[in-house]
Amino acid sequence: MIKGIVGEKIGMTQIYNDNGRTIPVTVVKAGPCKVVQIKTAEKDGYEAVQLGFDKIKEKKVTKPLLGHFKKAQVHPHRYLMEIRMSIQGLTVGQDIHLDIFEKGEKVDVTGISKGKGFAGVMKRHGYHGGPGSHGSMFNRAPGSIGSSSYPSRVWKGKGMPGHLGSKRVTLKGLEVVDIKKEQNILLIKGAIPGATGGFLIISKP
Amino acid sequence: MNAIRLIEESQKREITSFGIGDTVKVYLKIVEGDKERIQVFEGTVIGRKGSGSRETFTVRKVSFGIGVERILPLHSPMIDKIEVVKKGDVRRAKLYYLRGKKGKSARIKEKE
Repeated sequence: MIKGIVGEKIGMTQIYNDNGRTIPVTVVKAGPCKVVQIKTAEKDGYEAVQLGFDKIKEKKVTKPLLGHFKKAQVHPHRYLMEIRMSIQGLTVGQDIHLDIFEKGEKVDVTGISKGKGFAGVMKRHGYHGGPGSHGSMFNRAPGSIGSSSYPSRVWKGKGMPGHLGSKRVTLKGLEVVDIKKEQNILLIKGAIPGATGGFLIISKP
Repeated sequence: MNAIRLIEESQKREITSFGIGDTVKVYLKIVEGDKERIQVFEGTVIGRKGSGSRETFTVRKVSFGIGVERILPLHSPMIDKIEVVKKGDVRRAKLYYLRGKKGKSARIKEKE
């Protein structure tokens, strides 16, 4: 059974539901995907399906990758993603559409979060910082990072400034508000990780 | 962007045209339990905001000496209909100055 599909974030808007309330939705272009490779327990040690999404010109892919697509007799795609699922009834070259989802169903969405660059501890870890005024010179600094004689070192995992974002993030249990089959459009309630045009995996839990 | 526009177009409904400064009657559907009734909110339109299916408008009235404003989504299915009672003649797009006025100075000239 197909558990997931690959898509692209298009943007956000709002729609009116049956009760007349406005609800925020993210518009996602999901599929159609092609099965490029099927991984089996005998050969690869686990079962998974590799999906291709967003067709591109042949000259846009590297030669090794082109060979991989040629082997499956599939047009080259921009994104290749492996999703672990049972492979029963699947064949290489098969099309996968978003009709695997139903209206009102809960899905998990994986994306790459927006990059925030080198961020301080307030933005990155939610530290409270110090007072902004009244002569305070301790504004956004992290403060003490540990004690002296014990442990005489900084604990592992201590929140420090550093790179924030551009990370794989999964949001679980998001509601599918609407499905527009002809346009391959999925409306998912609320916000989704990543920038507009970002690559997403929408899967069933 | 095109996909979003299509979705927003499909959310739009037919709207009686009205402008800023007009006095309107908004017929709102109110759901109480499983019963639905219509409530009328009459007041002056003091602003319109946003575009497409996301557009909202603000209606202000003075009820028992207390100013009441409601911000309503223009294309909301909760609005049964909108009726224009009086056309107002104003020079501004947002009539927020009405909030600080009362009595005679809070009036709006009627359009001929």
